[in-house]
Amino acid sequence: MFLRLLSDIQWRAAHPTWRRMTSSQRSSSTTAEPQPVALPAQAQVVICGGGVMGTSVAYHLSKMGWKDIVLLEQGRLAAGTTRFCAGIVSAARPMSIELKMAHYSNKLYQQLEQETGVQTGYMKTGSISLAQTQDRLISLKRIASSLNVMGIPCEIISPKKVLQLHPLINIHDLVGAMYVPEDALVSSANVSLALATAASRNGVQIHERTCVSHVTIQKGRVTGVETDRGRIQCEYFVNCAGQWAYELGHSGEEPVHIPLHACEHFYLLTHPLKEPLSSSLPTIVDPDGRIYIRNWQGGILSGGFEKNPKPLFTEGRNQLEIQNLQEDWDHFGPLLSALLRRMPGLESLQIMQLVNCPESFTPDMRCIMGESPTARGYFVLAGMNSAGISYGGGAGKYLAEWIVNGYPSENVWPLDLKRFGTLQSSRTFLRHRVMEVMPLMYDLKVPRWDFQTGRQLRTSPLYDRLDAQGARWMEKHGFERVKYFVPPGNDLLDLDHSKTFYKPDWFDIVGSEVKCCKEAVCVIDMSSFTKFEISSTGDQALESLQYLFSNDLDVPVGHVVHTGMLNENGGYENDCSIARLSKRSFFMISPTDQQVHCWTWLKNHLPDDSNLVLEDVTWKYTALNLIGPRAVDVLSELSYAPMTAEHFPSLFCKEMSVGYANGIRVMSITHTGEPGFVLYIPIEYALHVYNEVMNMGQKYGIRNAGYYALRSLRIEKFFAFWGQDLDAFTTPMECGREFQVKLDKGMEFLGQEVLLEQKQNGVYKRFTMFILEDHDTDMDLWPWWGEPIFRNGRYVGKTTSSAYSYTLERHVCLGFVHHFDEQTGEKLVVTTDFINQGEYEIDIAGQRFQAKAKLYPFSSLFTQRRRKDEGVDLTSEC
Amino acid sequence: MLAASCCDRRMCVCPGPRRIAIPVRSSRLPLLSDAMPAPAHLFPLIRNCEISRIGSTACYCHHRHLCCLSSHFAHSHFRYAPQKKFAALYRPKEHFNHFIHTRDYASTPQRFYLTPSQVNSILKANEYSFKVPEFDGKNVSSVLGFDSNQLPANAPIEDRRSAATCLQTRGMLLGVFDGHAGCACAQAVSERLFYYIAVSLLPHETLLEIENAVESGRALLPILQWHKHPNDYFSKEASKLYFNSLRTYWQELIDLNSGETTDVREALINAFKRLDNDISLEAQVGDPNSFLNYLVLRVAFSGATACVAHVDGVDLHIANTGDSRAMLGVQEEDGSWSAVNLSYDHNAQNEREVERVKMEHPKSEEKSLVKQDRLLGLLMPFRAFGDVKFKWSIELQKRVVESGPDQLNDNEYTKFIPPNYHTPPYLTAEPEVIHHRLRPQDKFLVLATDGLWETMHRQDVARIVGEYLTGVHHQQPIAVGGYKVTLGQMHGLLTERRARISSVFEDQNAATHLIRHAVGNNEFGTVDHERLSKMLSLPEELARMYRDDITIIVVQFNSHVIGAYQDEEL
Repeated sequence: MFLRLLSDIQWRAAHPTWRRMTSSQRSSSTTAEPQPVALPAQAQVVICGGGVMGTSVAYHLSKMGWKDIVLLEQGRLAAGTTRFCAGIVSAARPMSIELKMAHYSNKLYQQLEQETGVQTGYMKTGSISLAQTQDRLISLKRIASSLNVMGIPCEIISPKKVLQLHPLINIHDLVGAMYVPEDALVSSANVSLALATAASRNGVQIHERTCVSHVTIQKGRVTGVETDRGRIQCEYFVNCAGQWAYELGHSGEEPVHIPLHACEHFYLLTHPLKEPLSSSLPTIVDPDGRIYIRNWQGGILSGGFEKNPKPLFTEGRNQLEIQNLQEDWDHFGPLLSALLRRMPGLESLQIMQLVNCPESFTPDMRCIMGESPTARGYFVLAGMNSAGISYGGGAGKYLAEWIVNGYPSENVWPLDLKRFGTLQSSRTFLRHRVMEVMPLMYDLKVPRWDFQTGRQLRTSPLYDRLDAQGARWMEKHGFERVKYFVPPGNDLLDLDHSKTFYKPDWFDIVGSEVKCCKEAVCVIDMSSFTKFEISSTGDQALESLQYLFSNDLDVPVGHVVHTGMLNENGGYENDCSIARLSKRSFFMISPTDQQVHCWTWLKNHLPDDSNLVLEDVTWKYTALNLIGPRAVDVLSELSYAPMTAEHFPSLFCKEMSVGYANGIRVMSITHTGEPGFVLYIPIEYALHVYNEVMNMGQKYGIRNAGYYALRSLRIEKFFAFWGQDLDAFTTPMECGREFQVKLDKGMEFLGQEVLLEQKQNGVYKRFTMFILEDHDTDMDLWPWWGEPIFRNGRYVGKTTSSAYSYTLERHVCLGFVHHFDEQTGEKLVVTTDFINQGEYEIDIAGQRFQAKAKLYPFSSLFTQRRRKDEGVDLTSEC
Repeated sequence: MLAASCCDRRMCVCPGPRRIAIPVRSSRLPLLSDAMPAPAHLFPLIRNCEISRIGSTACYCHHRHLCCLSSHFAHSHFRYAPQKKFAALYRPKEHFNHFIHTRDYASTPQRFYLTPSQVNSILKANEYSFKVPEFDGKNVSSVLGFDSNQLPANAPIEDRRSAATCLQTRGMLLGVFDGHAGCACAQAVSERLFYYIAVSLLPHETLLEIENAVESGRALLPILQWHKHPNDYFSKEASKLYFNSLRTYWQELIDLNSGETTDVREALINAFKRLDNDISLEAQVGDPNSFLNYLVLRVAFSGATACVAHVDGVDLHIANTGDSRAMLGVQEEDGSWSAVNLSYDHNAQNEREVERVKMEHPKSEEKSLVKQDRLLGLLMPFRAFGDVKFKWSIELQKRVVESGPDQLNDNEYTKFIPPNYHTPPYLTAEPEVIHHRLRPQDKFLVLATDGLWETMHRQDVARIVGEYLTGVHHQQPIAVGGYKVTLGQMHGLLTERRARISSVFEDQNAATHLIRHAVGNNEFGTVDHERLSKMLSLPEELARMYRDDITIIVVQFNSHVIGAYQDEEL
């Protein structure tokens, strides 16, 4: 029946001649196809895929003034997943960037019909997300908080209100719901056709029945596209091939890894009810029942995300378009039960069809966009995790900006293709992971959940040792990292299965690890961090790095520098620690998930000079972080070298022997602000050094610790972390790191101008630390990240990370404060006074807690000889 | 035991001289008369068709059971009336009321539900599986193995089963035996019949060898390897007696030495007849040991049907006496399952059987031979072991009973002579033998007593076992197509299909699986746990009214071996 919808539209398939076809012609046109218009020999941009993504990118590119664009579709426009899509446009998304995309899409679709004359079926119905449990309600409240501060109307409503909004719903098992009145329904295929129509009018050439066989890449740049109808030379290629994006990425000589995998997705269509449902009835999402229900032509459309998804096309494509996939009623059974439980009145409603519509899913449930790390000009927009129509408009806009400007207007790092590497590209991994991801769509996601599939891919050599000592693991970029160590005797199962928005059960465990870091010494395995070595024959390395980094790297050999790797706008592309190993070589440590992004950035910015060598040495070293006042004792006993501050000052790096092992790179940094060292150990020595450290450390009370302890330590000291607090839109000036910027280092560096300007004129947001004051750690909901910050009752920003500080015995949230003009909403300069003179509140799932804002950390926390019972005076500084 | 034998539906002898049936009748009447709701509350599935279906089954049981009390009563009240009544009882609330009501009158024991694991432990108590051992990773036998199980309704159970591999000849023997008027005869037949068959099949030289070994006190060649469940016991006391009878048989075979190769069909028929003859003779001769004397009499006066399969390569022989049944499960080319009967029931429903009986007796008896679908108005199977009351002359019966032990003498049942008893014997143990050449599509054989067949159609049996054994549930995917299906209907259908699959995984034994279905099936042909639970928690004295003993053997064939046989022949 979607075909029928499609065929209502008159559609021009190729520029410049309009091909007018009536519906009957169209449906019978498979044989009597008019001679297709020849492909152009070259174009600036070639977009592959005529679904909502491809057409949206074409639409936005052409809007931004680019005209020389060709869109290729292997079958018909909007014939793939887009054609079958349920057409729900909902802003109820947990992630802020996703929310923004959906919000933009909604606004775009609303005016699309007026703009293009193509009926899009846009209907503002609103949506109601139901909560069957209190925990679900909390998660909805969190979303509601962030929607409200975005200016998107949204309210938490009672079950009774639900019944008023939708008379068919059984509300007996509900505890509440979230109502988003502006969510809409569209016919997704028609939206796609409307976007194509508009793009076409703006000059985009659209060619159907044209299949891209591969993309040619020379010297790391896209040069052209080979199709079954000839070659097109192009500068930019955009892979919007949906579930075929993975294969298309692998079709060329130089593969572009796009980790996504298709799963079958079912939804049900019914005949109209006796009294046909109103087309303005809100869409129902019942995540606890794993289903969504929308009105559809007087009947309903209902699908869901089952617990046992069926991945498909693991071996690759075996058909051109998604046709004739089997309906599987037995598979749909549980969802049907949920539907009838939610709307018992539908028992007698007649079935029209069960639609099998494959959707593509990604390893982390977030879509994939951005430029390939290996091929410049190769862009990707795919892997929508079944929210394609919600994201379509916004994602197309950001990608078009990215192509045109070199960067999008929002921080899209969470969606950046470069968050993945080749390691997420295994078909087996993807197949297993998407089977976990698809049910997660509607699973209750509590703070700090971890994926269970596709694990133990990258591990430290100490993995087994740590695991045997009770380590609990999380995964980052495929690397297993310890969260905390369960002491012997604790009920392990309990710990692994508890999920809560409140105080977690590892609270005391992490507390004791923190205490040990403060008073004795702890070992944290930090091998996952990305490690690069840059060296050159002459001064090239230093010169290049001086240009790429804001801090002065021309320091004496053996010094370690914390510095940002900034973009032209002064924003953090990376935040790293760089040790000068010799005059001409540097050792660079950056966050785990920077492996691909940082490499690409450096590759793209370093001069093409064979005397300058960049090497990824992540796999070569195991990193042990010794944190605590007794770390110095342990290390000096093991190396027979004095490690005190006089001999080994902070931010210092030296190769030395530890135990029998020589050549251990010891740095006096801990990433936490606590005293201690990080040992970079060639992996074959890892076990030896670990054993020596643990043996020697025994008398100093050494113990293992995990990342949760590290996190608590760094947040209470106001240490920002890239990927959580810092992003490409944050400058060092905005997060109080002027001291890491050497504007006068004697040479130009990326972002310098912006930073200079900010230094003079001030910043428009300011990284601030908040200490929750009336928050009861035991009883209240915990902050996580993304909680709105209110200053004198007005929204000023969101938190980016938070942790419980065991020292302060308070929750600490870090986040950015903006100064919005009260009338215009315009962003104003944020001054120190502005920060200090406000009354702050943090909104956790709708409940506001008073917070004390600080721009500088408590100096008392850095005092090494801090006495045990010395109370911390919360008001003593700043 | 008296009550049990009296009420046995096969052997209705209630109109006997002693008023033995009266206490039984009075205790059960309230339940029956008032409460046809009784079955209704047992099966509270609130569906019209279900209720009428169960109602009729239940009534059928009652009817069969009680025909001896008052056939008029049974017919008029139970067979027809209740269905109408049930239709009126559709509303669940009324059910509930009736349930309370019935409880008061019938003092039905407390209603309790068994948990799934309790249900399983009941169902699995008697299950047994045998896998033919493989050699070098290959099973060269045409039989992969078998699963067997039985579920009692009588206390004690009157069904028996046997399975054994012939060691001196090739082939495997499997049999189910349904006893009536006690279990003695079925027990004896289950212990002895396979020896008689094996001996009948043995070549002359082997018989001589065995006889010589016995003669000189050497170790005997083992004849059979039994595959027994721990609950399948053999009588130690009678083994000497049984052995002697068997030895006499083979001695006669040696003397007879025809020199011809043994035909399986003949061997089976001879063995059946010989064993029945020996049972009869042993009872007539008696035994000096009073326990044994009583035993042989009980064996002879009780009865048993037998359905025995002999599988040797592609040759499958079924020898059947009575109303147990053998059924072959055939997988069609499209993967579906069909059933082929490999035996004929010997009862009133089998016209040829009725003809045969009538032929064997003078025309004058024609009317009295088969009454109310029973032989002489009493016995349901038309062929059986034992049952000397239908075989011996009146004089012989009287002599044996009078000279027999007091227990026998006091027994009203044994003293009672069937009415219109003019030209014995009326009953024979001679089996009907069917030979079938196995084909690759013949996947399994089900041998089962009538307890199974009266609740399930053979086609369902074939499908359930077939799906179970292949592990693939050839449930055609549902396609709505152009049909008008409502969400509710679809939901019901899907729930049922899920239940079908989940019940498969509970069982490791095909026979158990089949019993689960036989007892627990609802109108969709799927297992309803509640129903299963209720059927299994029936108290002993009620169980027999709702179901019969069920004994099942499922033999699985090795299609590869069978295919290879075929290829060789081609």
